[in-house]
Amino acid sequence: MTLLSLLTPDRKADRQADRVVPPSGHTAWLTSFTAGAMAFLAVFALALSLAAGRLADRWSDALERTATVRLSAPEDQMDLQTKAVLAVLSTTPGIASSRAMTDAEQRDLLKPWFGPDLPVDALPLPRLIEVTESGAGYDGEGLRQRLAAEAPGAVLDDHTRWRRPLAVAAGRLRLLGLLSIALIGTATAAMITLAASAALAANTQVVRVLRQVGARDAYIARAFVRRFTLRAISGAAVGTVLGMIGVALLPSTDTAGSFLTGLGFQGLGWLYPLTLPPLVAVVAFAATRAAAFRKLRELT
Amino acid sequence: MIAFDNVAYSYGGGELLSEISLRLAPGSFHFLTGPSGAGKSTFLKLCYGELLPSAGRITLFDREVRSLSRDDIALTRRRIGMVQQDCQFLDHLPLAANVALPLTVAGKVSVPQDLSDLLGWVGLGQLADALPPSLSGGERQRAALARAIIIGPDVVLADEPTGNLDWEMSLRLLTLLVELNRMGKTVLIATHDLNLIRQAKAQVAARVLRISKRRVQLAGADL
Ligand SMILES: Nc1ncnc2c1ncn2[C@@H]1O[C@H](COP(=O)(O)OP(=O)(O)O)[C@@H](O)[C@H]1O
Ligand SMILES: [Mg+2]
Repeated sequence: MTLLSLLTPDRKADRQADRVVPPSGHTAWLTSFTAGAMAFLAVFALALSLAAGRLADRWSDALERTATVRLSAPEDQMDLQTKAVLAVLSTTPGIASSRAMTDAEQRDLLKPWFGPDLPVDALPLPRLIEVTESGAGYDGEGLRQRLAAEAPGAVLDDHTRWRRPLAVAAGRLRLLGLLSIALIGTATAAMITLAASAALAANTQVVRVLRQVGARDAYIARAFVRRFTLRAISGAAVGTVLGMIGVALLPSTDTAGSFLTGLGFQGLGWLYPLTLPPLVAVVAFAATRAAAFRKLRELT
Repeated sequence: MIAFDNVAYSYGGGELLSEISLRLAPGSFHFLTGPSGAGKSTFLKLCYGELLPSAGRITLFDREVRSLSRDDIALTRRRIGMVQQDCQFLDHLPLAANVALPLTVAGKVSVPQDLSDLLGWVGLGQLADALPPSLSGGERQRAALARAIIIGPDVVLADEPTGNLDWEMSLRLLTLLVELNRMGKTVLIATHDLNLIRQAKAQVAARVLRISKRRVQLAGADL
């Protein structure tokens, strides 16, 4: 018995086999409902972990390990203080390198705002010094104090650092999402197992009659497994579609806050939830099959 | 066909049947008789692989029952038609589907004409679409007989098949079993109805096994 042969709908023998198991009201309904509800939840867990993954990637990328020291000083002190800053930076543990930007580079940076004809020399622009961290990073507060002492006009701007804990949190969130999907799968298997065992236990007379007329365990199991697998896959399909509609209806990027930005599927990401119904079918198939053979061995 | 070799059986208490050695030859016709509670139904269940002996060997179609796998037992039952004392059916399926069940589970298709012929033969032609719970005791027993023979078994076992039938219907059922025997089937009927046995002896070379004091013995001609 394989899952594929089980789902081939138009085999006459299967349709006859389906009929030997009486239509079982609430266990069957319970199976569809459980599969549907679980698929619905799994869609959201999937959306969450995909979005968290994108967030984690984006924030980690933004964490280029650089900072900037902005130095504003009277023109006659500019060179002196620049040297002082570079000296402080070169003796600070955790800093790999530092470099003062040239006028040309600063002009390039400002071009988008002020146009190409900006007379940089004529403006009292601060000098920008690029700092690159080394592996362990530096002590931001300590550096700030030393700069204040050596070059009063220097300001350390390490604005990207605050993102680090966020990137870590986003990574955790992705893990939690994946863990939720695994838990949902396990819970689905457990519930379908219970429902299938209950259905078999409620049908001991059917099993006894089938045995008496020469039915093999595989035949009896197949009748039950097929029913539960079909129930589970149809329930999961409905749950998945409803979940996807729910995700599609989430507020869009423009109106929602920055975290909700992109909590949904993007492009080919919409294909991921479509794997849920077949996945649930596999889970239901394996769970009912194991439950059926176990139960049939008990009912001698 | 079915052979017992020094077989004993107990349900857990004392031995119900002991030291049973006998052989049901192909094409033979046997009655099994004895007082209620003597172990007639138990004996038939042993012949059918539903119970395994506590001691000794039972051979079904030249294979020791203990060596049969679960699938082997299922296949063996397709060669042994059993009419249980309390015939059970799939209550949600009409009578015709129930009678055809041995074919269904064997993956064979039932020929509609054969099925209706068979139902007519046991006098249930009008009830093909009835659900089992609506049938009388006698109708259930005849349906069980039809179900037992539809797949063409070599052996037919019947446990008190006339228990719920009036005399006229009992004779009719007996006639059906005698006919099956004439077609070459091995028949074993458990009954305590001595009139039925006498009636059968007029039609067929029937032998009588009697259970007394835990043993199964061939009864003399005194019946
Ligand atoms: N499943 C069982 N468990 C324990 N005792 C049983 C069981 N089935 C039958 N018995 C006992 O075995 C004895 C023989 O039963 P049975 O074979 O049905 O006799 P018969 O068919 O000749 O009336 C009875 O005393 C009955 O109570
Ligand atoms: Mg009995």
